[in-house]
Amino acid sequence: MMEALDIFASAGLWAAVLRIATPLIFGTLGALICERSGVLNLGIEGIMTFGAMIGWMTVYHGGDLWAGIAVAALSGAMFGLLHAAMTVPLGLSQHVTGLGITLFASSLSYYIFRLSIPVSGSPPTIVPFQPIAIPGLSDIPFLGEALFSQTAPTYLAVLLALAAAVALARTPLGLAVRIVGENPHAAEAQGIDPIRLRIGAVVAGSALMAVGGAFLTLSAFNSFFPTMVQGRGWVCIALVVFASWRPGLALLGALLFALFDAYQLRLSHVVGKAIPYQLFLMIPYLMSILALLVMARRARVPQALMQPFRRGER
Amino acid sequence: MRLERRAHVPLAARIGAPIAAVVVALALAGILIALAGAPVLEAYRRMLIGAFGSRLSITETLTRTVPLILTGLAAAVAFRARLWNIGAEGQFLVGALAAAALGSQHGLHLPAPLLIPALMVGGAVAGALMLLGPLALRLRFGVDEVVTTLLLNFVALLFVSMMIEGVLKDPLAFGWPQSVPVVGDALLPKLLPRSRLHIGLLVAVGLALLVALVQARTVFGMESRAAGLNPAAARFAGIGLTRILVLVACLSGGLAGLAGAIEVMGVKGYVTTDLSPGFGYTGIVVAMLAALDPIGVVFAALFVATMFVGADSMSRALGVPSFIADVIVALSLLAMLVALSLANYRIRR
Repeated sequence: MMEALDIFASAGLWAAVLRIATPLIFGTLGALICERSGVLNLGIEGIMTFGAMIGWMTVYHGGDLWAGIAVAALSGAMFGLLHAAMTVPLGLSQHVTGLGITLFASSLSYYIFRLSIPVSGSPPTIVPFQPIAIPGLSDIPFLGEALFSQTAPTYLAVLLALAAAVALARTPLGLAVRIVGENPHAAEAQGIDPIRLRIGAVVAGSALMAVGGAFLTLSAFNSFFPTMVQGRGWVCIALVVFASWRPGLALLGALLFALFDAYQLRLSHVVGKAIPYQLFLMIPYLMSILALLVMARRARVPQALMQPFRRGER
Repeated sequence: MRLERRAHVPLAARIGAPIAAVVVALALAGILIALAGAPVLEAYRRMLIGAFGSRLSITETLTRTVPLILTGLAAAVAFRARLWNIGAEGQFLVGALAAAALGSQHGLHLPAPLLIPALMVGGAVAGALMLLGPLALRLRFGVDEVVTTLLLNFVALLFVSMMIEGVLKDPLAFGWPQSVPVVGDALLPKLLPRSRLHIGLLVAVGLALLVALVQARTVFGMESRAAGLNPAAARFAGIGLTRILVLVACLSGGLAGLAGAIEVMGVKGYVTTDLSPGFGYTGIVVAMLAALDPIGVVFAALFVATMFVGADSMSRALGVPSFIADVIVALSLLAMLVALSLANYRIRR
């Protein structure tokens, strides 16, 4: 029993929490931006997979790590454009289109990967992002090791979440996105073009999702393998509801979620074979469902979410 | 530019839309095949030969069609009532597990004519229960079923893994994680000797016809359609939305669970975690390609099975990764969505 509690006292746990949370922060922010403008993007799982693949591929073929991130973001933007083109002007079902994008993006990832990397015993690797110790802060006992020895994308994710919170709440663009998500007709009356704004939000949000995927291959691991996203995209969709569509809460939710994930990993080492390991692996998914359950009634859903906007129609 | 709903969709457009979508998908995938350095037309020729070139390949393609018809129907009946069941993959797996557990020598002891239907029902019930949970969360707490059903796919896979390494582990499998096998009486009779094609094909096609009949001719069919088209109006008309959705969930989850049971009884005889190469997810594409029409599902499932079986032999012959089949199927879905929208709407300037 004490051993199970001791886990919380290890700096390693808290460092892992930030690391595990990073792809979730990017993905949740991306999904949140799409949904705040009124578009559900279930392409996230596939877009993350493609970002993981193309980011890794860029670096493997001699690109810089940041170039890998940029290429991933660009690929995410392209899939976002596809999703937006089908759901915003054409008004197709956001559910089905999003699932179609997920199937397309992930199968295309596997195809491209298999095409350029021949089958071999051990997967080829790259040199991933290295932890950056922040001078001064990383010397603080415990806290320094736990929080300030992360790789660059993790710091970026936290900063982006804070920036997104400010941008949505305080800038004219953020206000415009929110109005479009609540009532596109009112937005149009204010001189905002809901269609262009929604397309822009989906493109930007999808780029973030792909960066979340790229983190997996460029920082958390150093190789790409199929099914490596493992439902993280769907977890992000659940986290958006948990966060009640607010970026600050999204950051908190991702961290809380990562805490459970990191904890179950270590707890299974303590408990050993007494409990089947699959039960521990179920926890993240069951936690997401629980999070949806707890927050679903309190959440403030953007009123126009999933409602196609057609000019002149109510 | 704006879209205007057509008052009348001509039959040619309704039949032409899926064909156009498939042609567009094959053309786009052709670019990827060319990137792999293979001749495109030859690749598609090899695919057709791989799927229909011999007695063996034809029976293999039809064997692959069976679970896709059932998961396609599962998605079609749910989507028609706007119940977004994305959990057919998990429902398939628990259905398979239920059939394996009940059909093993420790399970039911019945003669074959009773055992086979009993296992089918067992699989269907397990699949239906998997979907009733998320539906209850939606009806009671307003939790969106898309995410819950998706997440449960992962839980179901882990649960199956736990069972086949635990109480249902086959002690004679040399340590491979697979479930105890079903008894000989539980295996589905073959449709053709010297092939894997089993009577599940007749069950699947029969159910497609039955679902079509139910949707066209019964009050339940009409009500479930109304529930999907306009829930508010349906409620106003006195249709019990909860009752309809529960029935739809039982039907949808049941069909997916049945698909798993039939796959165990017809093809493998036991459960492994890779029993389904994504039949549940592919069923969504099948349903969309069929525009949610039960009879169309049979043809869409045959098309998708053709791609998958054909791609394997094309891959061996020309070195194009067999993932191309998944790409073609996904592209067909996206093209079909656009094609349907062009069939239903006209663009006005």
